[in-house]
Amino acid sequence: MKRREFLAALAGAAISPAALAQSVPLERLLESATRGAPARPGRVKLELPVLAENGNAVPMKVTVESPMTAADHVKAIHLLSERNPVRNMATFHLGPRAGRAVVASRVRLAGSQRVVAVAELSDGSFWYDVAEVNVTASACMDES
Amino acid sequence: MAARIQVPAEARRGEVIEIRLLVRHPMETGYRVNERGQTIARNAIRTLTCTYNGVEVFRAELSPGIAANPYLQFTTVAESSGTLEFVWVDDAGERAVERAAIRVVE
Repeated sequence: MKRREFLAALAGAAISPAALAQSVPLERLLESATRGAPARPGRVKLELPVLAENGNAVPMKVTVESPMTAADHVKAIHLLSERNPVRNMATFHLGPRAGRAVVASRVRLAGSQRVVAVAELSDGSFWYDVAEVNVTASACMDES
Repeated sequence: MAARIQVPAEARRGEVIEIRLLVRHPMETGYRVNERGQTIARNAIRTLTCTYNGVEVFRAELSPGIAANPYLQFTTVAESSGTLEFVWVDDAGERAVERAAIRVVE
């Protein structure tokens, strides 16, 4: 077994059964945020490290291209997880008073997965970006 | 529930300022077990709101998917001198308030 495979197996085995969730198709994740409305890729930039040694605190930054004026702004950014027990990790409500549509935080990831950021614009359109993160030590373990 | 808040003390009117917030909170997932084998109840910050002179400029709905001692960074436009107020509530119903003053110059 290669070292990489071994580490992947180790990370997979470390998740407690309660926290082990089946991954959800991207379409289903998007629907949960858009309430059925279509979402298009683009305008959103979700930045997460490609490799995270520890899933307990992974730096995350999301930027949406928007003038952030009263007529054209980002209303909300939904942060979704493909494999965490709680799919909707966070929702950030913004408005023209934000000036810029940039939010950063640190997230917990229960294993390697895709993270999705969906932006809800004032014109009712939805845009998204996906980031794939490889997590060597997952969150939701006993010592997390 | 204490927090460290970074807001510039002074800004020009119309300037986009960056706000950084580090809240002390365990963000309990509800999946951890204590040394006696009992599940530790979920307790995460549910909402965190930032108002600027009484007007909401940012609101976050959080979950245990956000790391313990949540860090949040966002922006707002410096409009007038006054107070930025940060209010957050967790699953246990605990509510905390922190304030930061800002001086806006022309």
